[in-house]
Formats: sequence, C-alpha cells, structure tokens
Amino acid sequence: MRTLNRARGAAVIAAMLAGAALGVPAWAQEEAAASTPAQAAEQHEDSHAAEKARDWQHWQAQNEVSNVASLQRGARNFLGYCSGCHSLKYVRYSRMAEDLDIPMEQLEQYLLLPGAKPADYITTSMPPADAEAWFGKAPPDLSLIARSRGVDYLYQFLKTFYLDPSKPTGVNNLRLEGTAMPHVLSELEGVKKAVFRNVEHEGEDGKPVTVREFEKFELVVPGRLSEADYDAFVRDTVNFLDYVGEPNQVKRRALGVWVVLFLIAFTWLTMLLKKEYWKDVH
Amino acid sequence: MANPSTSSAVPAKGLKAWLYDRLPIASFMESQLYGYYAPKNFNFWYYFGVLSLVALVVQLFTGIFLTMFYKVGEETAFDSVEFIMREVEYGWLIRYLHSTGASFFFIVVYLHMFRALLYGSYKKPRELLWLFGMAVYLALMAEAFMGYVLPWGNMSFWGAQVIVNLFSTIPVIGPGLVEWIRGDYGIADATLNRFFSLHVVAIPLALLLLVVLHLVALRHKGSNNPDGIEIKEKLGPNGKPLDGIPFHPYYTVKDLVGVGVFFILMAIVVFFVPTLGGLFLEAPNFEPANPLSTPEHIAPVWYFTPYYAILRAVPDQQLGALLMFLSVALWIFLPWLDRSPVRSMRYRGWMSRTALTVFVISFIALGYLGLLPAEGIYVLFARIFTILYFAYFILMPFYTKIEQTKPLPERLTYHAHA
Repeated sequence: MRTLNRARGAAVIAAMLAGAALGVPAWAQEEAAASTPAQAAEQHEDSHAAEKARDWQHWQAQNEVSNVASLQRGARNFLGYCSGCHSLKYVRYSRMAEDLDIPMEQLEQYLLLPGAKPADYITTSMPPADAEAWFGKAPPDLSLIARSRGVDYLYQFLKTFYLDPSKPTGVNNLRLEGTAMPHVLSELEGVKKAVFRNVEHEGEDGKPVTVREFEKFELVVPGRLSEADYDAFVRDTVNFLDYVGEPNQVKRRALGVWVVLFLIAFTWLTMLLKKEYWKDVH
Repeated sequence: MANPSTSSAVPAKGLKAWLYDRLPIASFMESQLYGYYAPKNFNFWYYFGVLSLVALVVQLFTGIFLTMFYKVGEETAFDSVEFIMREVEYGWLIRYLHSTGASFFFIVVYLHMFRALLYGSYKKPRELLWLFGMAVYLALMAEAFMGYVLPWGNMSFWGAQVIVNLFSTIPVIGPGLVEWIRGDYGIADATLNRFFSLHVVAIPLALLLLVVLHLVALRHKGSNNPDGIEIKEKLGPNGKPLDGIPFHPYYTVKDLVGVGVFFILMAIVVFFVPTLGGLFLEAPNFEPANPLSTPEHIAPVWYFTPYYAILRAVPDQQLGALLMFLSVALWIFLPWLDRSPVRSMRYRGWMSRTALTVFVISFIALGYLGLLPAEGIYVLFARIFTILYFAYFILMPFYTKIEQTKPLPERLTYHAHA
C-alpha cells in the first residue's frame, strides 16, 4: 500500500517537473542567459575546491533581496519547481507581481497556477492527506522558511542532495539528514554521489573513534545546467524565499534611512535647546 | 530667559482660566514642574527613568494598534501576526516597534536599576519607591512573558511550557496551580486566550497604577543623586534647595535629548536589524506552535536569561526553580540588606565597589549563558556566576557595614559645562 502511494507520488512529481520545464517566461529566460558561468578560474584550483566542498556547512547564500531581476527568476523557479508541493500561503500572486515588477499579463500567462486568480494566495493543489501518504509528512509551507531556518540553510539544503539507495526517495541530504523531500531539481543539477572518508579522531575517553566525514560530491548523471548555472538557480530561489519571508524588508530599510536621519536632526536640535537652557545653571 | 516660576501664574480669562478654575492644573504644574527642584548633578544614568516611561508609552500605543488586527486563538493567532506583517498598512512597523520596544524597555529598566545600585537610590527614605519599582519590574516580566506567547510561534509555545511548568515544582499545590494557570491540561487555546486578556488589560492597568505610585513616591521624597546626599538639607533664601534646579524646563529639555538618542537607537534596530540576530525575535518563532516538535534549544528572550541560567545551573529542578524565584525576589530586600552609612558608590569603600562590579559581570554572564545550551563547561560557569550573584545580596549586610567610607561632601559635586 505504502509503496503504491510512493509510486503515485513519484508520478505526480515527474508530471510536475515536465510542466515546469515548459513554462519558462521570456523575461526570465533572458535573465538566465545573462548569468554565464565563470568556470575557468575554478579549474586550476582543485585543492581549493575540495576544501570548499568539505566546508559545505559554511556555504553562504549571499543573496541580495533588493535585486529584482534575481527575485523574478526566483519566482519563476519557485512556481515552476516548488509550488506543486509547497505553498506560500501568506503571499498573494498580485502582491508578489507588484513587488517584483512583473507585468500583470505575464503573471497571468506564465506564473499563475491553474485555476488561481491574481488576488489569491499561493497555495498548492496537493491534498494534504495525499502528501502525507506520499512523503511521510506534508511538505511545509515555505512562507517563513527563510526566517525560521535562514537563507544559508536553504542554500546548503538545495546544494547537498546526494544518491542514497537506502532512502525511499533514492536521495539523502547533508543539511537535513533523512529528508523526506525527493531531489526535485535533479534534472537541472544532475545526480551526485557523495564520497565519505573515515577519519580517526581522539574520543573523549582517549580512544580513537572513527568518524565518517563528507569528502566531496561526484557527478554521476549530468543535469541540464552547469554547476555555476545551478548555483545561480539556487541563489535566485533562495533570494525569492528571503523576499517571501518578509516582503516589506526592502521598503523597511529604505524608510529607515530617512527615519534615522530625521531623528538625528531632531536630536541635534534638542541638544541645542538643552545647551541654551542650561547656560544659566552654575 | 523668563523666570520659570512666573509662567505658572493663573490666567485671568478665556478657556484656560475657565479650566484652571475647575482643575488643579496650576498647583499641579507648580508642585511637579516649575516648582519641583531636582538635583542639578544628574548624569548619564539618570536618563533611564524617563526612558522607561517613554518605552511604556510606545508599548501602549503600538499595542493598541496591534490589538486591532491580532486574532487571539490557536487557529488564528499566528496567521493574524503574519497578516499584520504583510498586509496591514505599516503593520510591520507597528509590530517591530512593539517587539523591539519590549527589549528596549528591559534595557532601560535594567540600566535604571543599575543606577539605583550605583548611587544607593533604594536606601532610606526611598524604600517604598524601590518597592514600587520592583513591583513594576515584576509586572513587566509577566507582561513580557505573556506577550511573547501571543504570536503563537513554536518558541512561544515551548517557552510558555517551560515557564508555566516551573510552578509545578511548588510542593502540594504545584500541579493544581499549573492546571489553573493554563486552563487546560497543556498549553492550549484556553491559555492563549487568558494570556491575551492579561496582557492587554489586567497587567497594563496594574503597570500604570504602579508607575503612578512609583512617581508619586519619587516626587514626595525627591530624587536621589550621584552624590547620594539630600539637597533638601541646604535651602536657599527662596526655600528651595540650593543645589536644585526646576524640573521644568531644565530636565524636560535635557530628557528630550535622551529621548531623541533612545529613538535613534530603537529606529536602527526596528528598520535594519529587527530580529537582532535572534536576540529580539527568535528564529523558531517563525514556525507556528507545534506541540509535537520541540525546538532544538529552548531559550527565553534575552531579558529573562540571567534567571533562566540560574534555573538550569542547579541539577535538581525543584531547587533550581526555588533559586530562580529567589534570585528575582532578592532585589526586593536591598534597602534592608544594605547597611552602609552612605548611599553613593562615590563615597563607599573598595568592598562595595568590587561587589557591585562582580555582580554586574555575573548578571551579564548569566544572561549570556542562559542563551547557550546548558552543557559542558557552560554549566560550570553558570554555577560559579550563580554563586557570585547570590553572594552580592547575601554578603551585603557584612561588607557594607565593615568597610571604611569616605566623608560626604557638604554640597553636590557639579561642574557646569561651557
């Protein structure tokens, strides 16, 4: 029964991926082409790269939430690849379009999920009961995931899927061991194998303890995107989730500059006033 | 500049005269503003009383607007907070002002309390003033704790779970008491509803009343000052203290500067770092309350962490809770623990000064340790600082009595600025 459900789940996911591959809007394609890889420099720094791979816990998203083009690509990525399972239940399509400078026609043509109206919240059509049967737990709403987990966490999560035949989804994840999520983006990233090595540490009692440490990833099946392009894809997606976590954040910072400047001017005046009054206190 | 005392003269006609005739406005202003003489040597530490009042007003006003959109109830609370953050016009600003305001309230209250320790402001004849202040502090802790539960995030839920369960350690009545507080067998909808009621009605009313009593007691005896001597003992020919200046306009304009700086700092946090890296708003609280999923590491907001560290420093839960309650309660007894003949640290000996320094370090260290997981070396440190924390209070009757104090000055130490 369970396996049957899983098979159904896999079929749904495959269908979603196929759908996503089609609907890439023109404005977003241009942007994607613009982000060309800078691989040349990476090649001859092998040892550096290896160290960087081992250091995955410190990878940073380095996203810029004021970069509207990146947010547009992120929105496309999310609605193409994530929204089949994950909702953004606090975000309205229309509000998102307004914030990200997406014209209404393009929103309706490329981004609205079937049956949705612009003023609707971004929900998923997957019935929660089915979701639970397929994945073991319902995929979480991602409205606040960037706030509760942080953008670096999301970036690391989306970049550290690896093959693990012992898992029902066939994959595992370094960031979230035993995640119930299949590697939905494998057609883009490709399929990676993780190489672990055994390292001897001195345990608390002085005896050597063997610890399995992650060494590197090896690409088994290449995906549609180069490593650099996939990296850009993930950054844009994480950037979008950052925006979604607090849609007002850009406005907040912009307003803050004026508020602080005003308060400094106000305080300066009060200081002059105080000095004037206190002249006659001896 | 006009003589301040003439400006309180009663007007002859018009609306103002009509009002002044029917209300004691003139006499109030005379006794509390123009005619109230405060010591002229107030320094940096004397800003934090008025700033506490400002913080209270900020919380009241932002709270009123939040209550217009917040929907109490375990099904609606979390969603309504996100609605405020996203769809209410400037809702995010009101909410961040309220959440940041809570932390700033505690910052200024702690600095205000430190001032009292530094200059012996709690000593005779201001014991009651100190007690009202402590009551304000306790009410504020209850207010902040219940307010933190309202967004119904996962840390709200588990924080409430931990704090409310502390009462279960009380012998005999504990378990029943906890059920009575929660209104259910666990932290649930009933708990959230009553916390909301207490947070927006009962405790704010109590806070306002206590603040008024605190101020009445302050004005009745007059402020202490950095020298810790009574200015009322040296009166001028006009019957006013020689070392005093009218509260208005001198301290009103001076406090305005402090308020300006306070708002600048608050605005920097509100607009640029509203979560302050998890110190003011904790990351797990952006997940809805989930009784089935405990956050990796439960920690209260920073202003409770010194006491929380004391709780966790003790291996036995019952004893830990007892020590924690005691650590809060000990503040109350300061006026009677302190036997020094002088008030201010300026004229005390090295023992009092060392004790206060060690106490401040311990309080901050405990606050820091309370944010960290209770494991390994942290527990040891927490125990050391817990002992030092209690030593400050328990040893106070001895070190304040035996130490040599310096002679008090006749008049206030004051150097006019150019």
